[in-house]
Amino acid sequence: MKPAALWRIGLVIGLVALLEVLCLAGVIDKLTMQPPHVMAMDIWRMLASGSLNAAIAKTLGNAAIAFLLAMAIGVAAAIAIHRVKAVREALDPLFATYYAIPIFAFYPLLIILFGLGDAPEIFIGTALGVVGVIVNTLNGLDRVPRVLMKTARIARFSTLETAWRITLPYASPYILSGAKLAVAYSLIGIIGAEFIMSSSGMGYEISFAYNNFDNATMYPLIVLVLVVAGTFNAALGRWEKALMARRGLV
Amino acid sequence: MTASSVRSLRNGAVLILVLLAIWQGLYWMVGDVALRSPLQTVMFTAKLLGSDSFWPHLAETATAFGVALALSVVLGLAIGFALGTNRFANDVFEPMLVTAYSIPKITLYPILLLMFGLGISAKIAFGTIHGVIPIALFTISAVRNIRPVLVKTGRVMGLRPFEMVTRVLLPAAMPEIFAGLRIGFSLTLIGTLLGEMFASQRGLGFLLMNAIGLHNIDVIMALTFLLTLFAGAASILLLHMNRRLQSPA
Amino acid sequence: MNMMTNLAQVSLRGVDKIFPPPAKAAEPIHALGPIDLELRRGEFFSVVGPSGCGKSTLLELIAGLSTASRGEVAFEGRPIAGQIPDGVGVVFQEDASFPWLSVADNIAFGLRRMKLGKGEREARIERALAMMGLGPFARSYPSQLSGGMRQRVCIARTLVTEPRLILLDEPFAALDQQTRLLMGDEVLNLWRKTGATIFLITHALDEATMLSDRIGIMSARPGRLIDIVETGWPRDRDSRIVQEERFGTITARLWGALREESIKAIGRPGGGGQP
Repeated sequence: MKPAALWRIGLVIGLVALLEVLCLAGVIDKLTMQPPHVMAMDIWRMLASGSLNAAIAKTLGNAAIAFLLAMAIGVAAAIAIHRVKAVREALDPLFATYYAIPIFAFYPLLIILFGLGDAPEIFIGTALGVVGVIVNTLNGLDRVPRVLMKTARIARFSTLETAWRITLPYASPYILSGAKLAVAYSLIGIIGAEFIMSSSGMGYEISFAYNNFDNATMYPLIVLVLVVAGTFNAALGRWEKALMARRGLV
Repeated sequence: MTASSVRSLRNGAVLILVLLAIWQGLYWMVGDVALRSPLQTVMFTAKLLGSDSFWPHLAETATAFGVALALSVVLGLAIGFALGTNRFANDVFEPMLVTAYSIPKITLYPILLLMFGLGISAKIAFGTIHGVIPIALFTISAVRNIRPVLVKTGRVMGLRPFEMVTRVLLPAAMPEIFAGLRIGFSLTLIGTLLGEMFASQRGLGFLLMNAIGLHNIDVIMALTFLLTLFAGAASILLLHMNRRLQSPA
Repeated sequence: MNMMTNLAQVSLRGVDKIFPPPAKAAEPIHALGPIDLELRRGEFFSVVGPSGCGKSTLLELIAGLSTASRGEVAFEGRPIAGQIPDGVGVVFQEDASFPWLSVADNIAFGLRRMKLGKGEREARIERALAMMGLGPFARSYPSQLSGGMRQRVCIARTLVTEPRLILLDEPFAALDQQTRLLMGDEVLNLWRKTGATIFLITHALDEATMLSDRIGIMSARPGRLIDIVETGWPRDRDSRIVQEERFGTITARLWGALREESIKAIGRPGGGGQP
């Protein structure tokens, strides 16, 4: 394993060890955080008992739906925007602005529109994730060298063939970059929405546990979310790196 | 005025008109029960800005945001430069930063509250962790994308390390750093706002949370409008500064 | 410490450059050497060689941008120990103009480390602008200029420090042929006006023959000097020298020596298209 990776693992272990020591020594009090080994036990207990499985399934399931929607809409929108230069130029300054809009503020309005089911929070998760996908896909589409497009024309590829055989494969690492963001933002959207106004799901459970000083439930849930997000991110990142490495771009 | 800036003004104007049209259209479809029209929102915003009780909230948010932004920028740039110039440190820490970027930081919110208590420091912390990571990541990329020939030129001219950073690395990396600053600005803003929503009795985030709970659509629309305007103006301003730095001609 | 003639401005003795292996269990890369070379003060010396033979590495050793693994590199009698010596200017193949500075400010940048009075500073900048025909463009930015003009900015930035040795690493590779020939004339003009020693790396044999007093021919990697050709041209030459009969003979001799080496170089992975 590369030395950098070893260092990284060492640092993480060191950090966890430090937390353990600080908690046991009482420097970090029990109400704030319990020692990592207790957290680990709580996680195990929570998963084994299955008491929160429904909430976990709901949140992760909705996040997955939001992710897929964000990817589908995002890539399609990016392809469309990329063709019309004027639209692209007009929208460019606004992509960064989009992140500042408190979209979850529309949650109650969405409930009125869609009812009390899962749709409002899926909407929010999708809406948050779609911009990251659009920006990154546009970036990838930008980078397709014109000479490849000319090659496609000479080989008489149809529009669909060109998109499928040349454009999308070339832009794929960048699309994966957008996918990483979509994973994060769909989770943020779902969990954030559940914080605010839901009565079920992991966000709700975390908020409930916090208000009841129930660290034994809160921390395992938080760690679980982080682990899921981190795992998907790592997997997508590895795929992205492999694609880039094949092009000698890493 | 150059042809391209006339064109971008025209595009911007068209875009705003289209957005307003969509907004108005949605309002007609959905009605007062869930939305307000553009006109109503503007009028209510004016009323809000005129009321005395609004300004302390605005001041609270502005303070928290200002501090969080300053911290994000300084820390983000420092981390970005440190990792961008040192290959090994980069290999160790960048994956951790990338993972941190993708973590739904809202899940860390309860932990931050436990650590910082219910005051302004929790908001500042929350805002900062949202903004510092993209700024750092963009800066790392910017520094690593600096054309090597510019660095070689600096060395040939015998520049000392500090001079190299300020006179070559920073100007060369500016355009991409600015892209990170624009996103960092927005994310710090939303982070600060989120920080205010749950454990504060002051600030725009509190007002927003309150309005959501009370189903006060006027306030929700007005605050969202204000925030979007502010973020949009800042983003355009930064973009403008970026363009001037890239081609000062 | 040996007795060097006071005409030798740069000397390389037994110089080798070895790069560490790119991956575990690979071989270290013996890029260059052993090389023995002396540059005479005020001469125009070119180096030609196949791709990957280490021409740029050689230039970087003389510039002080990298250190020799073995042997000694000395400039004006003093060994260069990884330090950029004073009085040496370098022009790279890629455009190294700073896009965020105007042409005049780019040139002024060259004077940063020198303690000059304001008057002398401005005079030198004016002279450099004039020498490279950049007067009307002093306030322009590199993005507004063509590739050839940007290279002139880089050359002007080097000239402004009045270097005694100018190193040029394929400075015209990115330009079209006609511009190259004209730039060649300009470099000869500069050479005569400044009296500096010029060390030029090029893969264009006609360019080397046209411009140089002596031409060093390098072998495929690890690059060694297989031959040094004296052209014997008069000092006041220009591009019209291509009409001379000896021009063809010299270029033929260069290719005769290089053809084998180039074939060797292309057969090697990574041996196509880099200097």
